[in-house]
Amino acid sequence: MHGRLKVKTSEEQAEAKRLEREQKLKLYQSATQTVFQKRQAGELDESVLELTSQILGANPDFATLWNCRREVLQRLEVQKSPEELATLVKAELGFLESCLRVNPKSYGTWHHRCWLLGRLPEANWAQELELCARFLEVDERNFHCWDYRRFVAAQAAVPPAEELAFTDSLITRNFSNYSSWHYRSCLLPQLHPQPDSGPQGRLPEDVLLKELELVQNAFFTDPNDQSAWFYHRWLLGRADPQDALHCLHVSRDEACLTVSFSRPLLVGSRTETLLLLVDESPLAVAWRTPDGRNRPSHVWLCDLPATSLNDQLPQHTFRVIWTAGGAQKECVLLKGRQEGWCRDSATDEQLFRCELSVEKSTVLQSELESCKELQELEPENKWCLLTIILLMRALDPLHYEKETLQYFQTLKAVDPMRAAYLDDLRSKFLLENSVLKMEYAEVRVLHLGHKDLTVLCHLEQLLLITHLDLSHNRLRVLPPALAALRCLEVLQANDNTIESLDGVTNLPRLQELFLCNNRLQQPAVLQPLASCPRLVLLNLQGNPLCQAVGISEHLAELLPSVRSSLT
Amino acid sequence: MDNRLPTEFDVVVIGTGLPESILAAACSRSGQRVLHLDSRSYYGGNWASFSFSGLLSWLKEYQQNSDIGEESTAAWQDMIHETEEGITLRKKDETIQHTEVFCYASQDMDGNIEETDDLQKNPSWVASSTLIKPLDSACLSEEMHSLYVSSYEVPAKGTPENNGEVTDIAETLVKEENCGYKTYKHRVSDGAKDEIKPILEDNSDPPKRNRITYSQIVEEGRRFNIDLVSKLLYSQGLLIDLLIKSNVSRYAEFKNVTRILAFREGKVEQVPCSRADVFNSKELTMVEKRMLMKFLTFCLDYEQHPDEYQAFTQCSFSEYLKTKKLTPSLQHFVLHSIAMMSESSCTTIEGLKATKNFLQCLGKFGNTPFLFPLYGQGEIPQCFCRMCAVFGGIYCLRHKVQCLVVDKESGRCKAIIDHLGQRINAKYFIVEDSYLSEETCSNVQYEQISRAVLITDQSILKTDSDQQISILIVPPVEPGACAVRVTELCSSTMTCMKDTCLVHLTCSSSKTAREDLESVVKKLFTPYAETEIDKEELAKPRLLWALYFNMRDSSGVSRSSYNGLPSNVYVCTGPDCGLGNEHAVKQAETLFKEIFPSEEFCPPPPNPEDVFFDGDDKQPESLGANTIIIAQLESSEGSKNLESSEKHLQN
Repeated sequence: MHGRLKVKTSEEQAEAKRLEREQKLKLYQSATQTVFQKRQAGELDESVLELTSQILGANPDFATLWNCRREVLQRLEVQKSPEELATLVKAELGFLESCLRVNPKSYGTWHHRCWLLGRLPEANWAQELELCARFLEVDERNFHCWDYRRFVAAQAAVPPAEELAFTDSLITRNFSNYSSWHYRSCLLPQLHPQPDSGPQGRLPEDVLLKELELVQNAFFTDPNDQSAWFYHRWLLGRADPQDALHCLHVSRDEACLTVSFSRPLLVGSRTETLLLLVDESPLAVAWRTPDGRNRPSHVWLCDLPATSLNDQLPQHTFRVIWTAGGAQKECVLLKGRQEGWCRDSATDEQLFRCELSVEKSTVLQSELESCKELQELEPENKWCLLTIILLMRALDPLHYEKETLQYFQTLKAVDPMRAAYLDDLRSKFLLENSVLKMEYAEVRVLHLGHKDLTVLCHLEQLLLITHLDLSHNRLRVLPPALAALRCLEVLQANDNTIESLDGVTNLPRLQELFLCNNRLQQPAVLQPLASCPRLVLLNLQGNPLCQAVGISEHLAELLPSVRSSLT
Repeated sequence: MDNRLPTEFDVVVIGTGLPESILAAACSRSGQRVLHLDSRSYYGGNWASFSFSGLLSWLKEYQQNSDIGEESTAAWQDMIHETEEGITLRKKDETIQHTEVFCYASQDMDGNIEETDDLQKNPSWVASSTLIKPLDSACLSEEMHSLYVSSYEVPAKGTPENNGEVTDIAETLVKEENCGYKTYKHRVSDGAKDEIKPILEDNSDPPKRNRITYSQIVEEGRRFNIDLVSKLLYSQGLLIDLLIKSNVSRYAEFKNVTRILAFREGKVEQVPCSRADVFNSKELTMVEKRMLMKFLTFCLDYEQHPDEYQAFTQCSFSEYLKTKKLTPSLQHFVLHSIAMMSESSCTTIEGLKATKNFLQCLGKFGNTPFLFPLYGQGEIPQCFCRMCAVFGGIYCLRHKVQCLVVDKESGRCKAIIDHLGQRINAKYFIVEDSYLSEETCSNVQYEQISRAVLITDQSILKTDSDQQISILIVPPVEPGACAVRVTELCSSTMTCMKDTCLVHLTCSSSKTAREDLESVVKKLFTPYAETEIDKEELAKPRLLWALYFNMRDSSGVSRSSYNGLPSNVYVCTGPDCGLGNEHAVKQAETLFKEIFPSEEFCPPPPNPEDVFFDGDDKQPESLGANTIIIAQLESSEGSKNLESSEKHLQN
């Protein structure tokens, strides 16, 4: 039929497309080449701007070309008149916007815009805010744009209240928005600064309650949305604990001073400095970690010279000052005593409530009730279950222990992918509870048997323990941090799945070690035990290494003074 | 101008309603020569939208229908050969009945007068509807085409022939006070505040309302695009799919319906249906939020959880909802506003299906499942006509067809004879059913749709923004009756003037439109009066103008109930009562597949770059007349592909 509308076949279309692509590629490559040549030759003029804009216009993620542009612009800045420069900047801003339209998540483009705006003496910040609003209108979760907005808001000194209202409007549209919640967590403390004495970065109660209501609305609407739960966690969280020295222990026998800190630190000449005053006079000592590795650690120790420990004075005082942390602690070694210490109480200092803590427990209590209400409706929601556990811990870890363990069980069943994490978390909580109970009992013996522990933590809190029972758990290692237990005399770790003994090292007072029914394979894993000078009894029954050829000889050689049982 | 048309076509389409227009576009698109005719002066038939004055003329036409009928007809009998016979078509449209118009807005000819102190000077005046003949909807004889004739006249300044009409109106008013809108009238004069009004006015400062007079409405009449059928597009419905697929969407613009409303315990409230709505709702408790979201999430893939509803398949949906721990208000929302189902007749499965459909449409273009075409529903058939024309279809409005010419031997239709006596041959004939004669339709039973069109002064649920598009389902008071669907359009939909709302009410008829709908109108609105009546009434939007009419609903009529139609004559129905346009699209597609089983239905138009003309050199200069088509395809709207047309829709 003559004159009838016909459409190219798909082969024809594909061929046409291929040719077009080929053509494009040629242009792209030759332009790139020219730019590189000019850059090499130092010809940083407007023609480079033109060429790079052709390429970046199609592919804004070409970072090197943005660098080229910056070089050109920097050069032009000194060459051009202010009027010419203003035109240039205007063109650059327009070009950047067109690139953002090609790819609104281009790192290079946003960065270039930041760079450019930062150089302008009189940037039009209102226009930039408007640009952000427009891009967030299209995609309210574009974190590049959020990032840029924070930059602009800071530069333009936009009142935090206005920015907060902006986050409100976007959360209203779609609350599944990490960026928006996060921005709130930055803005609210600015809007409601706490008095100097209070913990920084927290909110006054009325604001907190309003935020809690908002976020509850979100997780009741969609309990599977993580962003709201994360914000909830932030709301209930507390400021980082203040730097402190938790425990100071001095031992005459070992001529050694041990310190435990609130956070791991690295002591050394170029890092943290610790000052030791013995009887109020400074003493230069060499600090090391208990395991001898000198990595960042909660616990550091030093050897003391005999003069600091002599019996001529009725007592010696030892004061350690942590200069950077602004903290210190003092302990006394009385005449005739083997050791002296000074320790913070875990209960009084709420050492284990770092996860969640709001000053008012009524707030936590009502949050717990809401979450339980939600949990009844959504028995399988992992976020809800986890939050309940954390709230219970913050409220009263010992009172809620049994309930917490039940929730852990449910949580593990509904979230098997994170079973190992949950086991570790549970172990941590149980250990914390045991430490608290031990403190009430005022003893130096810790029973952690039959608790299904998978990991040992908070070992830095156990500096003074003499007897530790870890039997019947699911431990796979005795970690290096165990070396901090400088007073440990008896360690029972039967019936675990221990494969390595890295932490049983440099324990000056360890005498008896029980490791029956574990998974120690090679005699070589026993090597660390050689560094425990007082070890006399070792039980290795039921370990694979008992079957190893020449094991008795190996033991006799490695630990000559130890009585070992293999069978 | 020479009205002579070409005489050879593949397809002749009579009527420009939505299904006919889709069919015309589909036929033209697949290469058929299409002639598309309508006897009316406007596109769309009963799917049309009118400006205010257009609507008044439309009303007038129904009033004068009897006169037009007797127009002289060229003797078509002479054009028919011995081997042929003619099937006459109907001369006048009879699908609209019981038109009644009421005007409440002030009749000030001078729009500057702010207040009038005497209520009686400005009574709400109502154009009466004079009963000419008793109604018997079961038999519609030709003489009874217009049972009610509105004595309404256009009093506008803008229409020159009506300069001396004022007295006429006054007469009408007097008449109306006796026969018409007694209830409203009653309220106004009964209000005890009438007497103490001056005092009240001095002391109280009622919230400022925009004062719209009737003359303003007439003056701004072109701002109105008043739909005869009130429908919305489901974001994931057949019509949207078709618009996108065929690229017809480039000819129209849409707005998202912004609110789903519910009417419960005498109050209008917003229904939280999307996730964001539920999150932001101040009315729902936390637990309600969870229960609602939980139920809605379940509905989205209810088929996957048969254990959740299997035991209730024999129950009604409302019974089922009672078992889902939803509070009564949530049950109401789900049943009436989301599933849009009736309390008594809807089964659990139907309800779940409807809910799922609603939810699937959410979020595609916005926070509600519906789109409304800017400038009114009447745009949609025209968009398809435009597509048809782009591919060569020929259009003729005001073109009557006298009869279909049928070959006696084959029993097939061969041609039509138009009002000019021209004989036009074609292979296939598509006829909208209102054109079929009584003889053809003598066995057909019709349903009716009750419609009301209201112009009001503010939204039924005021919010910060006055630019809301809302849909509200008012459940029936008595069980078994029909729910009334209310759509309220704001001025940014380009269907009404600034500071007014255009409200459409629709339900399937049991009586006349006014009898069916008046009670709902009274619940939601109060007649416009210069003085405020009382606080409760104050909260309601005021009626400025109202129109009631019944429209025939032939959507349920099957092809087989028509007498003696040749097999190559295909019948399209008028609008159905439903909210979406699924019926029309389905009908068009089914008929197209029947006529051209091997052709694709409205395929995407080719990319302009890929189009050339067979047999021509590839030089564009030599394309001749057809370049127009290319030019149209390349039109600068920028929507070359489906993706961009979809974006276009989103805006």
